[in-house]
Amino acid sequence: MGDGTTIEITGLTKRFGAVTAVDDLTFTVEPGRVTGFLGPNGAGKTTTLRTLLGLERPTAGTATFGGTVYRDLERPLETVGAALDAAFHPGRTARDHLRVTATAAGIRSSRVDEVLEQVGMSEFAGRRVGGFSLGMRQRLALATTLLGDPRVLVLDEPINGLDPEGIRWIRGFLRSLAADGRTVLVSSHLLSEVQQSVDEVVIISRGRLVRTGTLSSLELDASPRTVVDSPDRTRLAAALDQAGLDYAEGRSGFIVSEPDPGVVGHAAFVGGVELSSLHRLKSGLEESFLALVDEGAGAE
Amino acid sequence: MSILRSVGTEFQKVLTTRMWWLLAIVLVGYVALMSGGFGAFLGWAAENPDAAASAGGSTAIPPGVELAPLLYSFASSIGYVFPVLLGALAVTTEFRHRTLTTTFLTEPRRTTVLAGKFVSQLVVGAAFGVMGFATSVAAGAAALAAFDLDTGLDSSDTWALVGRGILAMALWGAIGVGLGALVPNQVAAIVIVIAFTQFFEPVLRLVSTLNDVTASIGRFLPGAASDALVGASFYSVASLGAADSLEWWQGGLVLLGIAVVTTVVGGATTWRRDVS
Repeated sequence: MGDGTTIEITGLTKRFGAVTAVDDLTFTVEPGRVTGFLGPNGAGKTTTLRTLLGLERPTAGTATFGGTVYRDLERPLETVGAALDAAFHPGRTARDHLRVTATAAGIRSSRVDEVLEQVGMSEFAGRRVGGFSLGMRQRLALATTLLGDPRVLVLDEPINGLDPEGIRWIRGFLRSLAADGRTVLVSSHLLSEVQQSVDEVVIISRGRLVRTGTLSSLELDASPRTVVDSPDRTRLAAALDQAGLDYAEGRSGFIVSEPDPGVVGHAAFVGGVELSSLHRLKSGLEESFLALVDEGAGAE
Repeated sequence: MSILRSVGTEFQKVLTTRMWWLLAIVLVGYVALMSGGFGAFLGWAAENPDAAASAGGSTAIPPGVELAPLLYSFASSIGYVFPVLLGALAVTTEFRHRTLTTTFLTEPRRTTVLAGKFVSQLVVGAAFGVMGFATSVAAGAAALAAFDLDTGLDSSDTWALVGRGILAMALWGAIGVGLGALVPNQVAAIVIVIAFTQFFEPVLRLVSTLNDVTASIGRFLPGAASDALVGASFYSVASLGAADSLEWWQGGLVLLGIAVVTTVVGGATTWRRDVS
């Protein structure tokens, strides 16, 4: 993979004084897929990305594009498009921001109007960024990443601040970029935010890797469960014990490690317990994500 | 070629925001007021020495001082704060609005970016110099001509002074870049520029002239070095003693030295840090 399109993070560690923000992180991101870089706030996602992009120095380890560190890329903006904090000079118009960036990168200025069109911002091109909503600034940041038509895109929380229409738009957009064979790395603190657009996930917690793999492998982990509740929880607990079912008490009742609500209902019937609710727990993916993240936190 | 590209980018950054022309308008207004107003007052005082003596105690200007260079040099002697401010803002704005991220993603060689700012602000400072001296010469000469005093416009010395003044303004722009690199906090940088140029340095220059030893140190103050480079300043008239100023080229070297040292030190410290 000498073409610089694979992101390779190897043994990456970043300490700020006594705080270890990223701890011996190793993973790769392949082209042609959208990879979700997930973890709770403060997990070290942004630090990892900033180190990858040469904005921060690693304490140990390397972060490269196919073996080349960002600073050594021949034409960085035509290799990697990165959007980190959607920060712009408020007094500059959207078009002028892109023009300045194009000049700095040596990219022909005709690209400016093309990328504005691509992110649907042509009508706001002449407006000063100071008046933009977060969603519009996110779009402008995305337009900036596209200026050099790069093979790799690194986007930090690009969905933050977008309205539902914008979210739908960016999901399709990320998919089309990956379909072109580009490498797309998208960070988020919510799996549900990106689960419709990612193929692969890299999950970190407290600076450490807790999981890499396909989204579907994560789905397998998320074994479906049943939620059951009764006006008399003591008798319900006894009935579940009687039937040999594992369960945990939650706010809305008992969460039973049994995919079939019928089995749980039968146990209650045998024990003669009145039920107030009985249903299958659906959001298994987000739950297994949170469980992984909690495990990572517990290991600390 | 990346350095040329960087210079071009920095020009574009200046021209696509409003700060440069806001500062240019204030520069032109301030210089016109001082050069024209002071010129008119001195002209009136020269024509009516008796009235001036009774109003102001003594004639405003010692005998033998040429009025024209004094008035024209207002462009740099009071106007130098504007290129410094613009130069400092060229750096601190990137920190304040967090645009340094995009800047360094686009050009990861940070030294190239800083060199681009240094060179572009030299040129911007020179442009401010042209505007400042056009104003001071126009307003000052008009005031002098109104009282039939010598405008010095036919003298090559006058135009040499203007040329050195534009060079001084250019160097002040680069000093601003160095200051911004040393003090990336925008508010702190602006406060330092205003407090130093408008208060501390004028006081220090006046106080230093009281004693021969301090006077020899005081002429190395940046404002004094700048006036030495230009070759005239109302400070030299206003000061109490007749302290020798530096040679014009020495003044220029002092300014260049300050610009280079602050930029290099800033570039090796704050400019190298993690951008988070």
